[in-house]
Amino acid sequence: MFESLSGKLGGVFDRLRRRGSLSEADVAAALREVRIALLEADVALPVVKDFIERVRERAVGEEVLRSVTPGQQVVKIVHDHLTETLGPAAEGLNLDAPAPAVILMVGLQGSGKTTTTAKLGRMLAQRQRRKVLMASLDVRRAAAQEQLAQLGAQAGIAVLPVVAGEGPLAIAGRALDAGRREGYDLVLLDTAGRLHIDDELMAEAKALAVRTRPVETLLVADALTGQDAVNVARAFNDRVGITGIVLTRVDGDARGGAALSMKAVTGRPIKLIGVGEKLDALEAFHPDRIAGRILGMGDVVGLVERAAEQIDRDEAERLARKVQKGGLDLEDLLGQIRQIGRMGGMEGLLAHLPGVAKIKSRLADARIDSRALKHQEAIILSMTPAERRRPEIIKASRKRRIAAGAGVGVPEVNRLLKQFSDMSRMMKRVTEMEKKGLLRRGLERLMPPGR
Amino acid sequence: MAASEGPKAGWLARLKAGLGRSSARLSQGIAALLVRRRLDAATLEELEELLISADLGAATAARLVADLARGRFEREVTPEEVKEALAEAVARILAPHAVALRPDPARKPFAILVVGVNGSGKTTTIGKLAKRFREEGRSVMLAAGDTFRAAAVEQLKVWGERTAAPVIAREPGADAAGLAFAALAEARARGIDVLLIDTAGRLQNKADLMAELAKIVRVLKKQDPEAPHAALLVLDATVGQNAHAQVEVFRDMTGISGLVVTKLDGTAKGGVVVALAERFGLPIHAVGVGEGADDLRPFDARAFARNLMGLDA
Ligand SMILES: Nc1nc2c(ncn2[C@@H]2O[C@H](COP(=O)(O)OP(=O)(O)OP(=O)(O)O)[C@@H](O)[C@H]2O)c(=O)[nH]1
Ligand SMILES: [Mg+2]
Repeated sequence: MFESLSGKLGGVFDRLRRRGSLSEADVAAALREVRIALLEADVALPVVKDFIERVRERAVGEEVLRSVTPGQQVVKIVHDHLTETLGPAAEGLNLDAPAPAVILMVGLQGSGKTTTTAKLGRMLAQRQRRKVLMASLDVRRAAAQEQLAQLGAQAGIAVLPVVAGEGPLAIAGRALDAGRREGYDLVLLDTAGRLHIDDELMAEAKALAVRTRPVETLLVADALTGQDAVNVARAFNDRVGITGIVLTRVDGDARGGAALSMKAVTGRPIKLIGVGEKLDALEAFHPDRIAGRILGMGDVVGLVERAAEQIDRDEAERLARKVQKGGLDLEDLLGQIRQIGRMGGMEGLLAHLPGVAKIKSRLADARIDSRALKHQEAIILSMTPAERRRPEIIKASRKRRIAAGAGVGVPEVNRLLKQFSDMSRMMKRVTEMEKKGLLRRGLERLMPPGR
Repeated sequence: MAASEGPKAGWLARLKAGLGRSSARLSQGIAALLVRRRLDAATLEELEELLISADLGAATAARLVADLARGRFEREVTPEEVKEALAEAVARILAPHAVALRPDPARKPFAILVVGVNGSGKTTTIGKLAKRFREEGRSVMLAAGDTFRAAAVEQLKVWGERTAAPVIAREPGADAAGLAFAALAEARARGIDVLLIDTAGRLQNKADLMAELAKIVRVLKKQDPEAPHAALLVLDATVGQNAHAQVEVFRDMTGISGLVVTKLDGTAKGGVVVALAERFGLPIHAVGVGEGADDLRPFDARAFARNLMGLDA
């Protein structure tokens, strides 16, 4: 099925083989195919629609990189937005609570709760050296309690002994008591699978959450899930209140669109992924990997990334040459501003100079306001070519004219000019240091202190 | 298997409630979409999306909508008309695949292998089938072929007790093919009518685990070239488009003879079944509508299709 889709996208790319910035028509044509790709990946329809609209806003007007097609450029934008929406990466579990802290596992039947409970218990005991107690509250499914008992024995994790005839709330209470009395750091509660429309069982789950006040309530959901993922995630979040999602069976070959659906409707992070049946097969979540998989266009994304890198590198070299000659101008800043929206601009450039990884991460912390960028672009565009080449000629009356032309105030023009002179100064220092071979040690001192 | 049982009071309502819930949104969507409109291109596109959101998949949705458009394009249509027409189209696709699972009494035992991905509902379905076959007066034996998952044997034993069916089991980690072979021999020796063989859940992209399944089939055939007489793939109704890959690979490795769709008592629509029926031409034997022993229903194409569209059966 997916082959035919790639074929269709290829067709779109061919039709759009033009240069310049992305037109609305380019974006619309590519997004039609992207929408189908997301649906085929099991992203739920309302989530797809919302997502597509956001990407549309972001993509229209963006410049198309040399050596890629508009369609490919759109795919890259989609991928980046997908990664952002799925993110942030690897949020750890919140275990900040007086011992014993409770983790409550909830989800549909057959989603993988029991196995995940044991994996998580093992992970926390081994990696974080916590004293973990697990308890099965599943008195419904045949041999469910026995299953957790066996997994606990395999993993060397304590499991609350079963008392025949006890209900879920009573078991939870006993687990908490045992946790307190026997000095456990963590109590993991595995619950029976339940349908999100089963009022009685959803009320029971809520009662469990109220009774045990978990630090984490994790929705365990199957990566094979289709469109229903939104309904399930929303219901569990609304009725029980979840703090995070564990996606299971990521070792399968499903495209995993459910991850996006669930993150989008609950806003709750995907905290962990299950990648196998063995008890050590639990991993941190990496949004970019799942994004690539959902979109299924990793090769296109890679192509655009390489093209962007090449442009960054060309641009870095060009700027370095210019700086050495002392001739950085506002055209260069304009180029930078335009690039920021695309790939982080200055940050992207610096990444290609040696020894700047640390600075890069600090720059990434600074939030970029896209409206401010638009204003800056407008300011430079209101300048004459002479002004752009020699900013020092811009005095009060020129500033007023430029401000009026760009629809901003004079202070904003001043700020931009200041930014330009800072940038020139910094670039000059960078290149001088590079000449002296000081770059590796000294560059960090040039930068404003981090937050 | 539908006819012999007859609709007991209540179950039809329950099935409808389950399916109805799952299709309520779809049906509302279609109604909102068409109440004031002509059946134009934009409407058709939205209809197509609605079908996709019921897990029918892009290709099937596109085809159904194209069929719908034929002869009705640019005419005023009511939501009811559209739903009826779509339900009819879906029912037409499904009808040839609604085939009851009837163990052949000439085979003793009639061996049924049950396979699927983890947690899809294999063991529970075996329990439900055992219950039904017992009620039909057949003798049933269960083989605990899931020698991998913790407490899988205990789980099947509970179902054995509930349905008064003997369970053949070995120690955890034992060779599943060996166990299946022994169970078949035992069932034959005891003159059992139906042997239900449970297997460990496995994702179809795991070549080694799939080879293990193929081995079970191979070993059974050594004893009886016709065995297994049925191989059921159990699909969870919440599954999305990955069901295609599941059917394809399981079919190649074990020669699937039919499908069972579980968990239709939730809001998941199981719409992918429509595409699967078309693409693979496999019978759909039954649907699961709950966790209890009685929560197995014959697959009824018309009811399924009409319920999917939010129409009365
Ligand atoms: N609501 C509902 N739950 C079901 C249905 N069928 C099975 N289940 C539940 O789904 C869960 C998994 O079912 P199992 O029968 O253990 O699934 P399995 O395929 O044998 O699982 P593994 O052996 O672990 O791969 C259990 O909690 C069952 O009670 C159904 O039709 N509806
Ligand atoms: Mg099982």
